[in-house]
Amino acid sequence: MLSRLFFKKSIMKKIKCLEMKSISKSFHGIPANQDINLSIESGEIVGLLGENGAGKTTLMNILYGLYQPDSGQININGNRIRINNPVESISHGIGMVHQHFMLIKNHSVIENIALGYKGTPFFFPKMKIREKVHLFSKKFDFRIDPDKKIWQLSAGEQQRVEIIKALLNGAALLILDEPTSVLTPREIKELISILRGMKAKGHMIIFISHKLDEIMEICDRVIVLQKGKIAGSADTKDTDKKSLARMMVGRDVVFNINKEKLAKGKKVLSVENINVNGDKGLPALNNISFELFENEILGVAGVSGNGQRELAEAITGIRPILSGKVKIKGRDITNKSPRCIYDNGVSHVPEERIRFGIAPGLFLYDNAILKQHHLKKFSSRYFLRYNRIKNHTKTIVNKFKVSTHSINTRVRNLSGGNIQKLILGREVSEQPQLLVASHPTYGLDVGATEFLRKHLLELRKQGSSVLLFSEDLEEIFELCDRIAVIFDGRFMAVLDSDDERLCDIGLMMAGSKKI
Amino acid sequence: MIKIKTTNRYDITPFRSFMTIVLSLFAALMVISIIFLIVGVNPIYAITEIFSGSFGSVYGFKETVTKAIPLILIGTGLTLAFRAKFWNIGAEGQLLMGAIFATWAGLHFGQKLPPVLIVPLIFLAGFIGGAFWGIIPAILKIKYSINEVISTLMLNYICAEFLTMLIVGPWKGKARFGFPGTNNLPDSAILGLIPGSRIHYATLTLALIFAVVLCVIIYKTRFGYETRVVGENPDAGKYAGINFLKTTLILMAVSGGLAGVAGVGEVAGIHHYLGYPASISSGYGFTAIIVAWLAKLNPVYTIISGLFFAGILVGGDAIQISLGLPAATVDIVNGTLLIFLIMGDYFLNHKIFIQFSNKSRI
Ligand SMILES: Nc1ncnc2c1ncn2[C@@H]1O[C@H](COP(=O)(O)OP(=O)(O)OP(=O)(O)O)[C@@H](O)[C@H]1O
Ligand SMILES: [Mg+2]
Repeated sequence: MLSRLFFKKSIMKKIKCLEMKSISKSFHGIPANQDINLSIESGEIVGLLGENGAGKTTLMNILYGLYQPDSGQININGNRIRINNPVESISHGIGMVHQHFMLIKNHSVIENIALGYKGTPFFFPKMKIREKVHLFSKKFDFRIDPDKKIWQLSAGEQQRVEIIKALLNGAALLILDEPTSVLTPREIKELISILRGMKAKGHMIIFISHKLDEIMEICDRVIVLQKGKIAGSADTKDTDKKSLARMMVGRDVVFNINKEKLAKGKKVLSVENINVNGDKGLPALNNISFELFENEILGVAGVSGNGQRELAEAITGIRPILSGKVKIKGRDITNKSPRCIYDNGVSHVPEERIRFGIAPGLFLYDNAILKQHHLKKFSSRYFLRYNRIKNHTKTIVNKFKVSTHSINTRVRNLSGGNIQKLILGREVSEQPQLLVASHPTYGLDVGATEFLRKHLLELRKQGSSVLLFSEDLEEIFELCDRIAVIFDGRFMAVLDSDDERLCDIGLMMAGSKKI
Repeated sequence: MIKIKTTNRYDITPFRSFMTIVLSLFAALMVISIIFLIVGVNPIYAITEIFSGSFGSVYGFKETVTKAIPLILIGTGLTLAFRAKFWNIGAEGQLLMGAIFATWAGLHFGQKLPPVLIVPLIFLAGFIGGAFWGIIPAILKIKYSINEVISTLMLNYICAEFLTMLIVGPWKGKARFGFPGTNNLPDSAILGLIPGSRIHYATLTLALIFAVVLCVIIYKTRFGYETRVVGENPDAGKYAGINFLKTTLILMAVSGGLAGVAGVGEVAGIHHYLGYPASISSGYGFTAIIVAWLAKLNPVYTIISGLFFAGILVGGDAIQISLGLPAATVDIVNGTLLIFLIMGDYFLNHKIFIQFSNKSRI
């Protein structure tokens, strides 16, 4: 008993400081990390910044034991250690929350936590775990219902489950890979306060993000990677957003884009009283109607899970419409096949990019024509035209700066942001009449975000219309001509973006005000 | 306490996948050796005997090629279905249905038509028969979400019983003197053999052509592309506007059709009449699953893996005679190989490590 007590203490003490020394790693001869040094001490939050494909995830996967470095070493409290696999890194007190959660959807919170926890007893596992979860929620001020099933949780709640899992396993160092990309602004606030609490209790955190505001807000120190090398580091109190962006991209980044006023053109999309069910067969959209015109961007603002995904999928033909009509340029496309709708000029950047947007085991060039492979350009009646396909892929890769060493690589080897760039490039390259874009800047670095926003405005200028789903209100106000606020499958308001009444947008998103 | 943990492997090189196959085969041979030891046979002798029986003599090799014909045909078709993650384990039934259709065509038109017409006709009939039996589970899966593993498996039995019913009932031939079986096919419908062997060259040629053509289909055509996308990620297939029903129907028509063609070869090339299911096909439809798997779902490689497994079938017959082992020996060998190949795949895609720990935490 005594020895156990002692042991517990020694574990809490385990990591005081961690150093990664001249770490290098390459994939098939292409360097992803070169000579990287990083150190962190207890009670510190270190931000890791860098363009898409700079090597952030790779570096963290090395620390977590998923990859082995080609050279370099890792020290904990001054002693060199080897981390051969995640189990070893967990036993050293390192925890990681991946960008795509790895929870089992049909199990409850408790069950998911019990699965990953080593001390789970064989009999009545839930009782012991429930106690622990309760303890931790109190300690760090989490709010979580342990008996809910994972599919009932929002992204933010799922993330909390992942964090509890890591903490229960004794993580003193927590790695968060782009934790905020999928969160609503309120969830981000909650996450930040949780992280602050952890910091106060002596935990150390490595925080990867593309959102400079967050980095400035919670990190003590920032390390910037560029093309696999360290481009610089700074204490957040001595630096600002602009210089961080410059360090990262190597040039100045424009954060605010001015959109010119354009008169709206002909009607492109009309949605008339549609009703749609969600995944579980319950109504997700309730009599939604709106119109969208040429040269116009309509933003749909709202807390995620209020019908945005269902709306995008209904328009693009992935989800059946129970009643009502969708028309493109006067042509009825209600419940037509996704291909037919695409051929009518509707492109779609899906919300769940890994699930819908790509076939991960196929090559980059295969994925670059996922929706267009049937077009005359890319295939005759029977055969694919691989020459043209590869040229087209090269164009996308160059234009959207997808960082990859070759187009003959499998898409699963791309970094998260680069997958997103490939999907975006594919969907906007054809000058669609209507672009349905869900969180298009999700996972993009600042440079790519700037490029994409300009590109969307350019599409608008050329006569396309865009239906933009985003939780980033700043983005919505910056790009959109009109804004619709969605709550519980209904539009609370559809207003011009300079309308005074939008100062109550928070109330509308919460469902307590309707115009 | 010892715990075994797994994580996904992210760095798979061609060398590594090649070595996985080699090691899996080696490990399987080790287990097979142990089984031989248990029944009191010198494993080295038995395994050498298998391969010298099939590849070591001219006679053996001819037999090996003969048995490779249906394996290559069916294996090729299965690569297509498995690419789309449609687990067709009903090739046995599709083969039999092909044999039934071909026999019908042969008996009905054989007297009236010259060989130049009748041979293509029975091949076509066989293809249609296999395709017909293949698209039933496709429709069941897409329209009614019925698991294809179960439906294809069950359709095997239905087809086998249907065939038996035909040969003991309405199709029973006078020339069989009361034994079950149809009359012999007319001479015009019998496939030519390479002299001194049982190799029906028309079917062999078809098998080789189909292996190459299917390779082109999978990698170069729109249909092959759609098949690969559906197999890789069905949700992306839906998003890309791929018509699942159409794609699945076509691929199962081809997969079943090729098994049907194999059935034609067995009836018109080897037996010359339709007899009991077990005599028409000695489990080719199941062995071909391993053939397709060993070929890494590449149709052209089924030529090699088909020959390999045909060799084991022939060599198995040889040791059955020379060592007095039961006929099931070959099934044990094949089953062991399949298990190890599939396990090999798992080890290729996952890292496995063993953890020793005596700690408990927090
Ligand atoms: N398993 C792999 N095989 C081959 N190349 C890989 C592999 N994993 C990563 N890479 C390459 O290494 C580089 C760095 O990727 P990494 O995922 O670390 O980027 P990142 O900084 O996390 O980018 P993002 O912000 O887009 O997530 C990329 O160019 C990527 O293509
Ligand atoms: Mg990343």
